[in-house]
Amino acid sequence: MPSPRRVLLIMFGLLAASVASILIALAVGSFSVPPGDVLAALTGDTTSMGAEVVMKLRLPRALGTFGCGGLLALAGALMQVLLRNPLADPHVLGVSGGAAVAALLALLLGAGVAGVNVGAFCGALLAMLLVFGLAHGDGGWTRARLLLTGVIIASGCTAVVSLILSIAPEQALRGMLFWLMGDAAHITNPWPSLLLLAGGLLVVWPFARELNLLARGDQLAQALGVNVQFLRGLVYCAGALFTAGAVTTAGSVGFVGLVVPHLVRLTTGNDQRVLLPAAALAGGCLLTLADTLARTLVAPHQLPVGVLTALIGVPLFLYLLTRKTAATKDVR
Amino acid sequence: MKLAIRGLDVDIGERSLCRGLSLDLHGGESLAILGRNGAGKSTLLSTLAGLRPIQHGAIEIDAVSIAALSARTLARLRGYCPQQQQDAFSASVLETALVGRHPHLGRWRWESGQDVALAQAALEQLGLDEMTARDVHTLSGGERQRLALAALLVQDPQLYLLDEPLAHLDLNHAIAVLELFAARVAATQASVIAVLHDPNLARRYFQRALLLFEDGSWLEGAAADVLTQENLSRLYAHPLHCLQDGATRWFVPHTADHNNIHPQQTGE
Repeated sequence: MPSPRRVLLIMFGLLAASVASILIALAVGSFSVPPGDVLAALTGDTTSMGAEVVMKLRLPRALGTFGCGGLLALAGALMQVLLRNPLADPHVLGVSGGAAVAALLALLLGAGVAGVNVGAFCGALLAMLLVFGLAHGDGGWTRARLLLTGVIIASGCTAVVSLILSIAPEQALRGMLFWLMGDAAHITNPWPSLLLLAGGLLVVWPFARELNLLARGDQLAQALGVNVQFLRGLVYCAGALFTAGAVTTAGSVGFVGLVVPHLVRLTTGNDQRVLLPAAALAGGCLLTLADTLARTLVAPHQLPVGVLTALIGVPLFLYLLTRKTAATKDVR
Repeated sequence: MKLAIRGLDVDIGERSLCRGLSLDLHGGESLAILGRNGAGKSTLLSTLAGLRPIQHGAIEIDAVSIAALSARTLARLRGYCPQQQQDAFSASVLETALVGRHPHLGRWRWESGQDVALAQAALEQLGLDEMTARDVHTLSGGERQRLALAALLVQDPQLYLLDEPLAHLDLNHAIAVLELFAARVAATQASVIAVLHDPNLARRYFQRALLLFEDGSWLEGAAADVLTQENLSRLYAHPLHCLQDGATRWFVPHTADHNNIHPQQTGE
């Protein structure tokens, strides 16, 4: 258990990093805006050259990406507790699969950005209800049954996605592939994902100590006074909703939801009271930085952000993992 | 604290494990549950802990049905130590002991220095105070078992439900754990119900004993009356010998070389 001082330090550090990542996202791009102009634009000065670019184009995208990354990391942390499986991520229970099928169908039918978003969200909710209903069965649901149902629905969705990709016309393919890899280029309104992130964190955080017990097993949690059935339902619904919100905003971004909770766990330990807010901030940072790189690396072309999250995350994670192992060896 | 069990049936799937169990347990009393593998000892214990629905009969703590109590209220009355400890994520020994404080802390409160001191005292009682910072994944089976018991002491309930508390423990720690709980029962007027596999330890450290037979029948009473050569031989479906050492009787399973034991040494 980290000391309260350490927790405050970590939180302030992550908050500063979050602000910094958003400022970087605002300043950097094919049209470079000096930091002074960025701050001026943010404080309402519209006279500078870059004000339009910063306020109209980059700010919604940076904030939306931040919200989306936070949602994915939060959903991943919740799924890892719910399934008591460190390999769980937001996509494991088929929610993103459902969103992908619906989004690709919308793209196939030639729908616009709004249509694709609505489709993705409906698809995600449908998959969520389907998995929940099937896993529930006649008795209560067990972890193994929930995981199996989710994984099977997810593979079913993958097959449908492949089917759509193989029959889709050539000109629609690029948009579809970008959606599947995660693409933040279409974010125009950051508020849905940011509000969902803030509201979700407020709902889930009061249960964080109970989540610590749930991670140690249902029986132990129940014996120590946790209403396990209610909590599992809450965690499932919250995790699925966060995932739905994230994939609706920026497509099916991989890696963030799996790795960010582990990155945070390596530095703060596994107390959910620290882990949940820290993962939300760290996930937001990582995705914002990744998206900034995605639009600058080969500018004026843009890369799908999902590719960048893995390219940044893999070396970072491996570095922390080896450092952590070395540190624990010294202690013993 | 008074635990009352009235006409309790314990089933698992289609199998009926124990029929019409009735007994009272008062504060300061200890009860050992003995039976063969699969006789329903653990199922009975988790039913008593309120972790399984009661099919037929009633379990009351101080005249209130445990089914009517919230999980949180129940967690302050009874503590339950399952047979196996599973850790999916790493955590320190101290953190793991501190989970016992959960039912005593309000939703918005963090563990205070006082809670940490309680956890450290419990770890010391189980000989784990040297390893508070260790990761639970690095503990041996016996150390992990003692840690689970330490968490239970931190929980500080009035009724301790222990499922094979001596599993994985070496001899000295097994005796230390039994003495620790016997002392706690005497000092705090708490009660202990433990599933055990050793009739000699049951007889030595527990006032009462409950035998669960294969056919769903049961026998309960003072440990000295219930734990006899005849009952135990029937319970385990294996002949036992009784060796008398002063006032103490020791039960040993019959083996081929028992033919060498003098007839006058076997009691009953």
